[in-house]
Order: sequence, then structure tokens, then C-alpha cells
Amino acid sequence: MGSNLIIDAKNISKSYGSGASRFDALKDVSFQVAQGESVAIVGKSGSGKSTLMHLIALLDKPDSGTLEVEGQDALRMKQRELSNFRNKKFGFVFQQFFLTPNTSVLDNVVLPLKISGIKRSERKRRGLDILTSFELESKAANKATALSGGQKQRVVIARALINEPAVIFADEPTGNLDSATGGVVEDTLFALNKKNGITLVIVTHDEELAARCDRRVFLKDGEIVPSLSNKKVKA
Amino acid sequence: MKTSDLLASAVANTFRSKLRTTLTVLALFIGAFTLTLTTAVGAGVTDYVTKQVASLGANDVFIISGGAQANANDGPAEYDPETSTASDGTGAGPLAAGGALTEADLETLSATEGLTKVSPVRSVAFDYIQNGEGTKYEFTANPASSITQADLVAGEQLSSGSTENQVVLPSDYLEPLGYATGADAVGQKVSLGLTDILGNKHTVDATIVGVAQKSLLAQGAGINQALTNSAADLQMAGIQTLNPRYAIATAHFDASLPAADIDALKKTVVDEGFSVQTIQDQLGVITTVIAGIVGVLNAFAIIALLAASFGIVNTLLMSVQERTREIGLMKAMGMRSGRVFALFSLEATFIGFLGSALGAIFAVLVGTGLSAALAAGPLAALPGLSILLFDPASILGIIILIMAIAFVSGTLPARRAAKQNPIESLRYE
Repeated sequence: MGSNLIIDAKNISKSYGSGASRFDALKDVSFQVAQGESVAIVGKSGSGKSTLMHLIALLDKPDSGTLEVEGQDALRMKQRELSNFRNKKFGFVFQQFFLTPNTSVLDNVVLPLKISGIKRSERKRRGLDILTSFELESKAANKATALSGGQKQRVVIARALINEPAVIFADEPTGNLDSATGGVVEDTLFALNKKNGITLVIVTHDEELAARCDRRVFLKDGEIVPSLSNKKVKA
Repeated sequence: MKTSDLLASAVANTFRSKLRTTLTVLALFIGAFTLTLTTAVGAGVTDYVTKQVASLGANDVFIISGGAQANANDGPAEYDPETSTASDGTGAGPLAAGGALTEADLETLSATEGLTKVSPVRSVAFDYIQNGEGTKYEFTANPASSITQADLVAGEQLSSGSTENQVVLPSDYLEPLGYATGADAVGQKVSLGLTDILGNKHTVDATIVGVAQKSLLAQGAGINQALTNSAADLQMAGIQTLNPRYAIATAHFDASLPAADIDALKKTVVDEGFSVQTIQDQLGVITTVIAGIVGVLNAFAIIALLAASFGIVNTLLMSVQERTREIGLMKAMGMRSGRVFALFSLEATFIGFLGSALGAIFAVLVGTGLSAALAAGPLAALPGLSILLFDPASILGIIILIMAIAFVSGTLPARRAAKQNPIESLRYE
């Protein structure tokens, strides 16, 4: 394994509950992501794909196994370091958008910068820059809830990009969109991957979307299905 | 997140659910309004009583009467020929408690180290007051007036050292005696009529040195020591009783002494078999009563605030519930739990600030109008009383208190928000 691995998870397991109600969401899964590639985590609901994403995005801790991000042992990081890492290195795109209602598009986009403590004037400048690149600058002052579905998801992607992350985690990014607007959102994500070299990790059950990624990993009942997965990590 | 951004976000979030915020603020508003008014009433009445009690005497004076103070609290004391003194029960209003004083008692007091100018308060009964040849009016002198500070509207205080006969006239005597204003009366001579114990009529001339506001506690006009003595001598018609008795005596002490020394001096006097009180002691009794009344009023306000604090808990719990996904998102994006806690606590505190500041401002506006209306109407008979006295420091204290209550109420919902697991929160539908 080269040093260009941005995520290196080995033999990680995760279970919820205990006793009779114990549910093993992930069983001894090893999973790597190289810098700059696009990976699809594919599986039916309940297959453990979301759990895997949460673990490698440092939103949760595995019960066993090792997890390195950018060469650092993520399991030894303190809460503060984890928060900081997510804030600086990761961008998140969710199916349900999670835009804050009654708040302007600009305020929604600059939320990660606000959390990291960047000055108001710089937040505004960077927020407007990124909205301009998404052709959404005219909507900056609008309420986030007043946008169309496609516009909302582009705002979400703008928000994920604003802190110039190394990795974007997208959980069913087109799940709530019709195929035309979904296509636009997909194009946007893959363009970022190709042009800016941002690593893309997409969780989806959409085979077509998965097919556009460099690599696919199929999960079933908490385990990787080797026959369907392309385990080769891009050099 | 920077603290300034946190504060701005908290304020903005408060206004996101306007109806809910308004209702919560309203509950706090009522508490703050009530508390501000009751505190103002307490301050207004205390201020008035302090001025009134000052008219009872100077602060370097002991008011001494015979007998032990225990009488008032522990039922009748057993008669002891050595220490007990006869009491006629009339006393001198609020100034006296206990038995009469004899000449021997006065000598004992004069010999006590620390006491100076021990003098009995001789009560003098005047028949009338007359300006020149004008109408005669009934006239009462306050026996303790030689040591009091009158609440003056014109002129100056009585001079205890002066040999001139001096009188401080209550303001309601001005018009009947034919003076247009208080300033006109000052310096004028009046005649005071009295009847001696043998039934003969006498008059004494006195100069008006001041005009006093009508007082609740110190009734009658003020007369100085010189006038008291000359009138009392006339009243006795030259007859010396063998065993004169006085209801009370006054003695001066050094008011600059530390409190412990004054207490020691009081104890010495009590050990000699007398009751002793300073003006502060008498003030204490009255202010305790007022504090009690204000305390009851405040208790109602606190109950209102207590109810309001549950309102805050409820409002914020709903808010946390409603914003579960938002909290999850912020945590996923790297917001630390401590900051989430701070955000929600600040929202609670800001709601507290809104409610208390608005309530206090409204109370001051309403109270100022009410106070003016009362002073002109029902309370016109009590000049010098402003029933509501707003003190900026106590208003600030109320606002801070309510903000603190709001903060404490906010900690429960804020803790719940801070403990939320980002994944669970994002899954929440």
C-alpha cells in the first residue's frame, strides 16, 4: 500500500445493540481509498454501506480494527481533533440536503467556515465566490427552503466544498432528485473529482451512478462481496 | 465557532420561531415586570420611612427609658423593688418602652462613661398658638423634638444650644396663622399659651426658625430645649416635686465610635437597668416590617419566574427536537459539543434578557406614571412619599437574575443538544 492512501481501514467491525437484539452492521471489513479517486459504496438498505461511510468519515468509531486517515491513527484522535479533521478535510453531501430553513443560502453555504471560526468578511467573500462558480450568486440572499431540489443539492455541494476538503462524502446525492437534475448534480461532483482532484466517496444503491465511479465496493449483510467489487486501488 | 458568531447565531435562532419565543418571553416579562415594581415599592417606602425616622432623632442619641426591654417580649417581669420602676403606661409614643426614670436614674446615667448631655425629655402641654392678636389654634409639641431632624420645607433645624425660644412649625399651621409661605414665617414671633398645674394661664414667646413637612411618625411641632425648659418651669408653677419622673431621657454619645463599642456602651446602660435604643434600632424595626411586606410581594414575582423557567425548558426542548438534524449537521461539520451547549445556553439567556429587559422597561414606564398619579391623588396626604422608587442598580440586578434563571433553565435542553450523536441526528426524520 502506498502513502497516497487517504483512508485505510483494516478489519473493522461495528455492531449495534447487545444480547439477542445485537445487530452486526459491519463484519471484518477492510477498505482503502486513494487520493483523488472516486469510489462507490453500493448495497441494499441494511447492507452496512452507511455505517461504513460513517466510520471512515470519522462520525463514529469501529468496535474493532484499525483506521488511518492521511496516515494518522483515527482511533487515537481526541474528540477535538476528530471535529477539527472533519471540519478541515471532509465535505458532506446528504440525500435530504439538511439545509437550515429560514436562513439564507449564503449563510447555509458558509456554515463550515463559521464553525471553524473564520471572520465574517472572509466567509462572505468565499461564500459568494463559490456560489458564483455554481451560478447561484443571484440566490445568495434567498431562503434556502425557497429553492428547487436541484438548486438545493448544488447549494449542499457548494457547502461541502467551501472549506476546500480533501474528500467529499456523498450519501445518496441524487436520491431525492429527478433523473435530469440528478444528472446535473452527478456531473458537478465528477467534474470536481477530475478537475480539482477531490476524492469522492459516494454511497448509493443506484447502479448507474456507481458505474461512473473509478471503483465500486459492494456490501451485503455487513461484508464486502469480492466477486462484485473492484478491490484494486488506483495507483 | 467564534464566540461572537455563537452569540449572533443564538440571537438569530431565537427569532426563527417567533410565536414560541414571544410566548416564552411574555412569561418572563410578567415576572420581571412584577419584580421591578415590587422592588421599587420597597425602595420607595423605605426611602420615605428613612426620612421620616430621621425626624425622630439624630444618630448620636440614645433614647433611654426605665425598665428592661425584656418586658416587650417575655410577658410581665416580676416586681423587684431594687430595679423596677413605676410606669404610667403613657410613655412618649414610639420613643419609650418600659418604666419611668427618676432623678437618681439620671445621675446614674450621667456618671456612665461614654454618655454626655443626659437630659430628661420633659413633656409640655400647650393650650394654643397665636400670631400677634390673631386667632388661637390648638398646639401640640413633640417632646423629643429637641433631638430630631425635621424634614424642612423652609428655614433651619432647631438649635439645642441656643437660649432663644425656638419652634419648628408644621406646614399645615402656615395658612391659619396668616403666613403665605414657609419663608414668610421663618424669623417671626408667635405666642404659645399654657396652663400651669394650679390653673393659671401663661404665655411664652418663641421664634419660628423652620417649617417642617408633615410627618407620619413625629407628631406636633418642634420646640428646642430652651423653650421646653421655660415652658415646663411655667407649667410646674415653681413647685418642685420631691420625686419627679420622666418617661424618657436622651443621652448623646460619640457616633464615630465603631459599632462594637456602641454595642458595649448600650450593654453597660442595659446592665444599669435601663432600656436603650438608637435611632437605627427604631429604623430597624420599621424597615424589617417593610422588608417583610416587600418579601411577600417578591415571592409572588419569583413564583411567576419559576413558572416561566419551565416555559424556557419546554421551548428549548422543542427547539432541540425540531433542530435535531441541524445539530447533527453542525456536529458532522466539526462543531464541538461544548459549542453546541454554549449555543443553546446562549439562546436561553437571550430569551431571559429579552423578557427581563422589556419587563423592566415597561415597569418603569407604567410605574412612573402610576407614581405620579398616586402622589397627586390617594397619597397626596403623605407629602414627600414617592411610592415607586426605581434604582438602576436593582433593575440591573433583576435583569441579571432573570438571565441567570434562564441560563440555568437552558442547560437541560442544551445538554441534550450537546450529547446528540451526529449520525442518529442526521437519520432523524
